[in-house]
Amino acid sequence: MNFLLSDEQNALVDTVRALLRDKCEPTHVHKLFDTPGDAVFDAELWAALCEMGIPAIPVPEEHGGLGLELIDLAILAEVIGAFAAPVPYLGHAVATIAIARGGSEEQKARLLPGLASGEKLATVAFDEGQSRWTPADWALSAASGVLTGTKHLVPNAAEADLLVVGVKEGFAVVEKGADYTCARVDSADRTRPVDTVNFTGAAAELLAEGAGAVDAVFDAAAVLLAADAFGGAEHCVEMSVEYAKMREQYGQTIAQFQGLRYQLVKMALNTEPTRGLYWFAAHAWDALPDKARHAAAQAKAQVTDNYLQVTRDMVEAHGGIGFTWEHDAHIYMKRAMFDWTWLGSPGRHRLRAADLAGW
Amino acid sequence: MELGFGAEYDAFREEVRTFIKSHWPPADGDMKSRENQRVFIEAAIGQGYMHRSIPKRFGGSEQEPDIGKAEVIREELSRARAPSARIPGNGLVVPTLLEWGTEEQQERFIAPTLRGDIIWAQGFSEPNAGSDLASLRTRAELTPDGKTWIINGQKIWTTGAHFATHMFCLVRTEPDAPKHAGISYLLVDIRQPGVTVRPLVQMTRQKEFSEVFFDNAETPADMLVGERGKGWNVTRSTLKHERSGIAAMTWPLSMFRDLVKLAREVERDGRPAIKDQRIREELAGIEGELLGLVYSTYRSTSLDVHGQGGDTFTTMRKLFMTELAGRMSKLARDIVEDGFLDMSGERLKWIERFMISLSMSIAGGTSNIQRNIIAEKVLGLPRDRAPERTGGATA
Repeated sequence: MNFLLSDEQNALVDTVRALLRDKCEPTHVHKLFDTPGDAVFDAELWAALCEMGIPAIPVPEEHGGLGLELIDLAILAEVIGAFAAPVPYLGHAVATIAIARGGSEEQKARLLPGLASGEKLATVAFDEGQSRWTPADWALSAASGVLTGTKHLVPNAAEADLLVVGVKEGFAVVEKGADYTCARVDSADRTRPVDTVNFTGAAAELLAEGAGAVDAVFDAAAVLLAADAFGGAEHCVEMSVEYAKMREQYGQTIAQFQGLRYQLVKMALNTEPTRGLYWFAAHAWDALPDKARHAAAQAKAQVTDNYLQVTRDMVEAHGGIGFTWEHDAHIYMKRAMFDWTWLGSPGRHRLRAADLAGW
Repeated sequence: MELGFGAEYDAFREEVRTFIKSHWPPADGDMKSRENQRVFIEAAIGQGYMHRSIPKRFGGSEQEPDIGKAEVIREELSRARAPSARIPGNGLVVPTLLEWGTEEQQERFIAPTLRGDIIWAQGFSEPNAGSDLASLRTRAELTPDGKTWIINGQKIWTTGAHFATHMFCLVRTEPDAPKHAGISYLLVDIRQPGVTVRPLVQMTRQKEFSEVFFDNAETPADMLVGERGKGWNVTRSTLKHERSGIAAMTWPLSMFRDLVKLAREVERDGRPAIKDQRIREELAGIEGELLGLVYSTYRSTSLDVHGQGGDTFTTMRKLFMTELAGRMSKLARDIVEDGFLDMSGERLKWIERFMISLSMSIAGGTSNIQRNIIAEKVLGLPRDRAPERTGGATA
């Protein structure tokens, strides 16, 4: 039995962690969060991640990538979640997977190298409003080569060079400059901006094998969200524990008070056991296809649900300071709100898991 | 990543299967026969499949520790519904004797314990020493000739005392020593006039625990395990080899299977309860927790097998499973509804489970004690004011 990361994977995590420690400290995230106007991503940090080859991970080697697996992307999503890094990682990674899975050889050869290098930025458009996130919900059509209609909560659509849009036929690729408009949502999570995208007869190219790839791509997105949520939750537990050891009241550190100790234990109990859920879901996606869908639904449901609760507990554990804009707590709570919402609520994923279990 | 024990154990699994096939079910087909079970277990020990960490001279099979092999054996025995090597009564005494016992004690007790000829109860908890076990007051005094311990006091929550023949217990032998230093570990034959066993009736109407009264009970001086006054350290022994949380997942997994079955069976508003959205969602929520348990256990086991540190889940496991059992039994309650009250009815098992899930929050270290341990060991919070804790002793 070896349900562990490899040495190479641990090294990858360490490298990215070191980069984020250097370039994405909390004060930096706050500065970006506080920039007035529409939320923006951290272009310099994203460039550094691209420099390291991160976007190349899911791209096959013959198309300029590293040809690694979802688990490799997921463990980095965990690190990005832990640092609340304001980078367009999620949308870009999922869009890349969609093309790698759903594109013809010609489409892959044309589109993937630019995504692998990070020269081009991509994203995915799934939600059609009222929480219609899943491939079965997609009603927009690109059969005629043009796309009309609205997609919601699209990460970084305004900045993206390429939109992979979920449609009835599978996936449609829409390039920057086509007929669509983006309206930035005043989203709680300013580290991962989202847009409402209105397509008005935009030129759209269907991915040749898109129809067969939609479920797997949706599942991959769910796994990456769960991984982000685990990283964030673990960070919140650590932060709360450190604060408890330092903060003094009644002449002693608050870590001495059993009531608070038990709150911290509850946070840990809501966090640590969820790591395996996202690990397994990623592993199943890579290696155990008949278990992948259910595992992804469960990971998204459980980890993102717990993350949001852990961020609430963190605010309680910090008291007044945790409720302020200047503290990190709200940034994590808002990332947890994103992870909870995006792809549909945990409750919806539990019902999907129930369907997939054949109940 | 490799879940399960994989290809490297395939040959071993085949070997175990072949062995079981030729020995079980028994020739006469009687799987309940004690004699048939005994014969099977003896043969399995001969093959190195049972009591693997126990030396051959004490009736074990003395194998190199290997969690993978242990797990394969467990799976295959369970698949074939073959007898397992479970020691009747409290088997914790065996690793304790292997670590601390004299050669004489080991020889006298281990093999008969494995065979079930001697059945042990654990005498730790007392009416005023539960979580704070070290405040125990049962005392033992050596007779002037130095040959016999005379024991007086009371133990409680003693599992299976009414069918046990012997008890391993903690007693105060050095009344003047500090709390922890005055305790010794004694072996006592409890089928003697100075010992009275009074079963306690649980809220489930079952009798699993007893109170045990010592009124000038006796045990020979050489029934002391470890040194006088060092009994506290002796209790720290656990099975060092082939510990794995995988076996511990058996009951929550089977309880969950039962729960799904229940939700399919019971009708609610004219359709199976499992079709009710709220029930489905909660069932899936429970399954999510259960998967967390399963994969975390795989990770902990992997860290153990590969000699790596960083395992924190094992410390959390008991509390996690306790809360999970509570959540499962509450969903069962919501499913059975009217059936929740009739203790002679068809849903008795779930009424019992509703109550029994509570006993998990008490036995073997209460949930609050677990929280204390997690706070210190996992979160690294400063030690609580209580000087030392073992986590209670109900067993």
